[in-house]
Amino acid sequence: MSINRREFLKLAGFSTVMGLTGSSVVDELLKTKAEASQVLVDEKALSAKRWAMVIDTSKFKTEEDYKSVIQACHSIHNVPDIGNPKDEVKWIWTDTYEHTFPGQENEYIPEGIKHKPFLLLCNHCYNPPCVRVCPTKATFKRKDGIVMMDQHRCIGCRFCMAACPFGARSFNWRDPRPFIKETNPEYPTRTKGVVEKCTFCFERLARGLKPACVEKSNGGLIFGDLSDPKSEVRKVLSAHYTIRRKPEIGTQPSVYYIIGTGGNENA
Amino acid sequence: MYDGGKIIVGLIIFVGLVTFPILYNMGKPAAMPELKLNTPEIQQLQEKHCVESKEYMRANHMQLLNDWRDWAVRDGKRVYVNSEGKHFTISLQDTCMHCHSNKKEFCDRCHTYANVKPYCWSCHLAPKEKET
Repeated sequence: MSINRREFLKLAGFSTVMGLTGSSVVDELLKTKAEASQVLVDEKALSAKRWAMVIDTSKFKTEEDYKSVIQACHSIHNVPDIGNPKDEVKWIWTDTYEHTFPGQENEYIPEGIKHKPFLLLCNHCYNPPCVRVCPTKATFKRKDGIVMMDQHRCIGCRFCMAACPFGARSFNWRDPRPFIKETNPEYPTRTKGVVEKCTFCFERLARGLKPACVEKSNGGLIFGDLSDPKSEVRKVLSAHYTIRRKPEIGTQPSVYYIIGTGGNENA
Repeated sequence: MYDGGKIIVGLIIFVGLVTFPILYNMGKPAAMPELKLNTPEIQQLQEKHCVESKEYMRANHMQLLNDWRDWAVRDGKRVYVNSEGKHFTISLQDTCMHCHSNKKEFCDRCHTYANVKPYCWSCHLAPKEKET
């Protein structure tokens, strides 16, 4: 049986139309319930255009002041204490003035500042180099300015660690679980082979709570929306002279420092 | 063929050994895993209902969890409104595992049966197993 050109074209056209409409009908029938459901942001959640933090160093006087803040963060986020600097995992930690603000040191700065520890954490840069280099978008910048980690996507390439000028990222060289003294059942741990860092407590902001370190700091850490002129951080920033870490690199850190010894240097 | 008899006998034994597991289990269905749903947390619930229907969860929980993960971590949206309009907090550890506090008798039974090895638990903490 032969088929002429006209018959063939008719048949081809008909099957194309059937194929196109047919698949959409099948898709419609297979539409699952989950797609029909919605997701919302919690009503209590705190929101901002750009979250930022001011660290008032004069409020940190004793060893205990630093410890309680670091402990608050590390215990709720299940950060392991491996106890060896090579494998160390840290979200918030301290270092000297010289290491915190390289290029800003001189011989004659007050003793109280020269030997004072400074709190360090992820700067949640406006222009984050770690995000640019991540090949899987495991680290990304949220709309509210938080530089976030999606551990599900991290492949452990450590490009972000090389890119971060502030050393804010830690790699899990080994399974962290045996090194967590008390696990917080409400927050996951990490696994061997992923990078982690501070997330500005995104999980607490979603529930309407300020970051854990801010809550524990007795006013030493001020947290708020940098884009809102009426916010607490903006008020503090307009009232005090502040500096940021390595501003010359142009990453635009969102963590500001008020420098003061907290002692009676003016007395 | 030299030693033909020995070779053929050897081949028959070899084929027998290799196909033994298949032939042995032929026609015998492996026992369906039985899931335990009577955790203390579920017994306390007034209305024993998961975030979606039982049938939907059985077939699609992995897609749902995948969506939940992206919504919570990437989009920052943590409230799930189900097909009946009820609200749930999006969290594997705090919502799913709060009720299903028996990972060994719930998650693991099917996953072992189906030989799937989800890597949720390398980071997410499973609830402490209770004696039942």
